[in-house]
Amino acid sequence: MVEEEGFRRYVAHIILWIGIAIVAFPVYIAFVASTQDNALIANGQMSLLPGGHFFEVYYQTIFVGTSGSTREPVGNMMLNSLVMALLIAVGKIAISIISAYAIVYFRFPFRMPIFWIIFITLMLPVEVRIYPTYKIVADLHMLDSYAGLSLPLIASATATLLFRQFFMTVPDELLEASRIDGAGPLRFFWDTLLPLSRTNMAALFVILFILGWNQYLWPLLITTRDDMQTIQVGIRKMITTTDALTEWPIVMATAVLAMLPPVFVVVVMQKLFVRGLVETEK
Amino acid sequence: MQKQAIFQAKLLPYALVAPQLAIVLIFFYWPAFQAVVQSFLLQDAFGLSTTFVWFENYIELFKDAAYFEAIVRTFLFSFAIAVSSLSFALLLAVMADKPLRGSMLYRTLLIWPYAVAPPVVGVLWIFMLHPSLGVLSRYLRGMGVDWNPLLDGDQAAALIILAAAWKQISYNFLFFLAGLQAIPKSVFEAAAIDGARPMRRFWTVTFPLLSPTIFFLLVVNIVYAFFDTFGIIDTMTRGGPGTSTVTLVYKVYSDGLLGGNLGSSAAQSVILMVMVIVLTGIQFRFVERKVTY
Repeated sequence: MVEEEGFRRYVAHIILWIGIAIVAFPVYIAFVASTQDNALIANGQMSLLPGGHFFEVYYQTIFVGTSGSTREPVGNMMLNSLVMALLIAVGKIAISIISAYAIVYFRFPFRMPIFWIIFITLMLPVEVRIYPTYKIVADLHMLDSYAGLSLPLIASATATLLFRQFFMTVPDELLEASRIDGAGPLRFFWDTLLPLSRTNMAALFVILFILGWNQYLWPLLITTRDDMQTIQVGIRKMITTTDALTEWPIVMATAVLAMLPPVFVVVVMQKLFVRGLVETEK
Repeated sequence: MQKQAIFQAKLLPYALVAPQLAIVLIFFYWPAFQAVVQSFLLQDAFGLSTTFVWFENYIELFKDAAYFEAIVRTFLFSFAIAVSSLSFALLLAVMADKPLRGSMLYRTLLIWPYAVAPPVVGVLWIFMLHPSLGVLSRYLRGMGVDWNPLLDGDQAAALIILAAAWKQISYNFLFFLAGLQAIPKSVFEAAAIDGARPMRRFWTVTFPLLSPTIFFLLVVNIVYAFFDTFGIIDTMTRGGPGTSTVTLVYKVYSDGLLGGNLGSSAAQSVILMVMVIVLTGIQFRFVERKVTY
């Protein structure tokens, strides 16, 4: 047995709490700032304890927005982010699971070339091809649209590879059995394979939702209209104006609201999150 | 690897791969191809005519001191972010791996920053360390530091590294913890019986056994520092002051946006693509090794 002496155990607890404090401190400050008066913050007099403006600030943030240049309610930005994140997550899972199904359960000409064409996209993050992609989206008249926001981010090989790997582990007997029952390929997919993939799909969904919600560079480029802004782009525009004019309580409330959905997902669906993270990184 | 039990159908498989294939071709291959083509072209000032100039855009780039600086800066940032985040995360993971009461709670409290978006990370940190109103700047000034990351390039760089490393702690922690838990406890017991003290046990047993995880995380962190820091930089410093926080990705963005120099921007994109392919290649080689390990 490797026994841990009491002293060492205390040290471990202390180090972990210090780590947690470091990790949580910036978020605590953001929350505190979102409940205070802007004048106080602008003077550098911010208190380290929550102030009394919580409801007022969050009401204005969600329903009105800043009074400055980008007057767009953050509630609307959140809706845009939500639609984009859901489209990316659901879209990716849907197109990947059917293409993985075709690649694993059928033999057809060009099967392997098609697999490689999809596989290679692993190596091309959107950041390295932003302007050409921008041009195509513009030519297709998809600027300022949900399709333009999500489609270029939907295609990636990770999900396809994951489902392919999983399908390879599904016993062949299941297919034989459903064939004896007279089920065709679509029936087998719907009645047998899809229910078996539920956990994988859920884990993938959690990760893709977070990644989608947190997209920044792409929405920044292709949204020009304020009412199509996602929350990540909106928060940046709030601090563009000269420092003196920045409405910090609203900026910080927006930061808190931007963190809330993905952090909630991580904490509540921790098992799925960890599983999804580990599997997509393999 | 091939499945034995399969379906026979002529058109169905094509219909099933069609959606993904269409999106991949339209939004991946066509733009990537365009980037390569454009990197060999030079456009006149009005965008009226283009000429084929072979590698001129690339040669210009490598003659450009600003581009060279951006390369060096990107690697320095990556290295600093990876090392600081990895070492802090490893310390936390080693502590959390001990049989402590409440270890699940610790894990939950340490992994959630993974979900915070880069631009929000930027906003959080610039607010805390803002020269005139930041709550931490007060203390820095109290200690006699002339703190102004909006004017001082080195301080701006330090701020970006700090914020980017902070965000990556949770990810690294999670993978380190998984790596530690995969090491059989009997190995530690054997070392303990041999009389190795805890610190020595860490460096001679844990650390070497963890090296595949460390290497994997190193690559992931470098890729992260290359690409995901864009949002942090854009909300915190916009590449400034001057060009002191312009990384390669930020330069592709700002050159294409402001300068409209598409040929150069495209050449930069192609160079980045090559870098990503190399990094991914390294990662794949490593993953293969882990399987046989």
